[in-house]
Amino acid sequence: MYIDPHIHMVSRTTDDYQRMALAGCVAITEPAFWAGYDRSTAQGFADYFRLLTDAEPRRAAQFGIAHHTWLCINPKESEDVGLAREVLGLIPGFLDRPNVLGIGEIGLNKNSRNELLVLDEHIALAKRHGVLILVHTPHLEDKLKGTILIMDAMRNQGVDPGRVLIDHVEEHTVRHVLDRGFWAGMTLYPDTKMTPQRAADVFEMHGTDRLWINSAGDWGVSDPLAVPKCRLEMRRRGHLLESIQKVSFENPKQFLSQSGRFRVSVQGEA
Amino acid sequence: MTTGTTAGTALGMHNRTKRQVIDEAFMEHRAKVLDLAAFLDRVDRAASAASAASAASSGASLVTGDQDDDFRTDALRRAIALLLDGKPERARRILELWSDRSTEPIAVAPMKGALGAVDLRAEFQAKGRA
Repeated sequence: MYIDPHIHMVSRTTDDYQRMALAGCVAITEPAFWAGYDRSTAQGFADYFRLLTDAEPRRAAQFGIAHHTWLCINPKESEDVGLAREVLGLIPGFLDRPNVLGIGEIGLNKNSRNELLVLDEHIALAKRHGVLILVHTPHLEDKLKGTILIMDAMRNQGVDPGRVLIDHVEEHTVRHVLDRGFWAGMTLYPDTKMTPQRAADVFEMHGTDRLWINSAGDWGVSDPLAVPKCRLEMRRRGHLLESIQKVSFENPKQFLSQSGRFRVSVQGEA
Repeated sequence: MTTGTTAGTALGMHNRTKRQVIDEAFMEHRAKVLDLAAFLDRVDRAASAASAASAASSGASLVTGDQDDDFRTDALRRAIALLLDGKPERARRILELWSDRSTEPIAVAPMKGALGAVDLRAEFQAKGRA
């Protein structure tokens, strides 16, 4: 039994839900993200948020998977501050939906001033509504700098790091994130983020506290079964079953349960 | 701070030997080294942009073996040097090597994607380590 706490099912087929359920997935969380193109109006986001809070939970439930979501405008669309503010204005209208856990995935992409401005406004929104935050950190050469800028932005607004998950950490950022009290997520991608083998290495070097793994499966090169593949890698190395369960089930459950809305069953059991 | 040894022991890793780790994964990484070698060979064989333009204008055959001075292959070669320095945490140090180490936000995002490494050539030339 496992949780995939970051996956973009809007970009995946129903067959993927079936394969994930067969592999033991019982719950997922789906952050709002960049669709691969810039949306031209705030209404496009309103439709997307309806999909995330209405259609997608019903599709997941067919396979016994509890679906949750996070809302935001992704940093890739933050250069247009006017549009971003329109979208920010829509979000409070969706925060009461039963599968909404908080604000995410917010963060930075190229570490620009406008991205940082929009990030600050998302953090303020999350604080006003007392909800959890899921953070996207930049890709590749921009990740280290962006991760530091994001954590500084959280500190500047007095956010409790225990209510923030900083995702897409790798070997050069994981210690920074954990040492400042945040939760950290490792994304398992075939090429551009962590492999199951490297994630298992990180557990061996840094332990399993406040760490989770996810597939971040989306429209790009990605694997919706990456979490069970990492569990298999850990088993192959002789990691304790309780450690495997901790990083792929107990840790996400512990962090996400702070929302008061997280479930590991479509029947509503906590 | 959790050390590698204590974290690994907590995971049940204390019985694993170097020999076991090598037995399990040598073939996989042997293949990856060959992939990298073949990639660099492929880059060497390909025509440079300048020679391709010259060949196109003169009708001569393309010159092979003179690769462009690309910052990405330069970054790869500098990372390979770290693989061989005998020090620990190679993955972390390579990721740091390839990272933008500036600290201030940039004025405007120039694109959405990322390239995989910053251009290290000027920095290393300044240090006299071209």
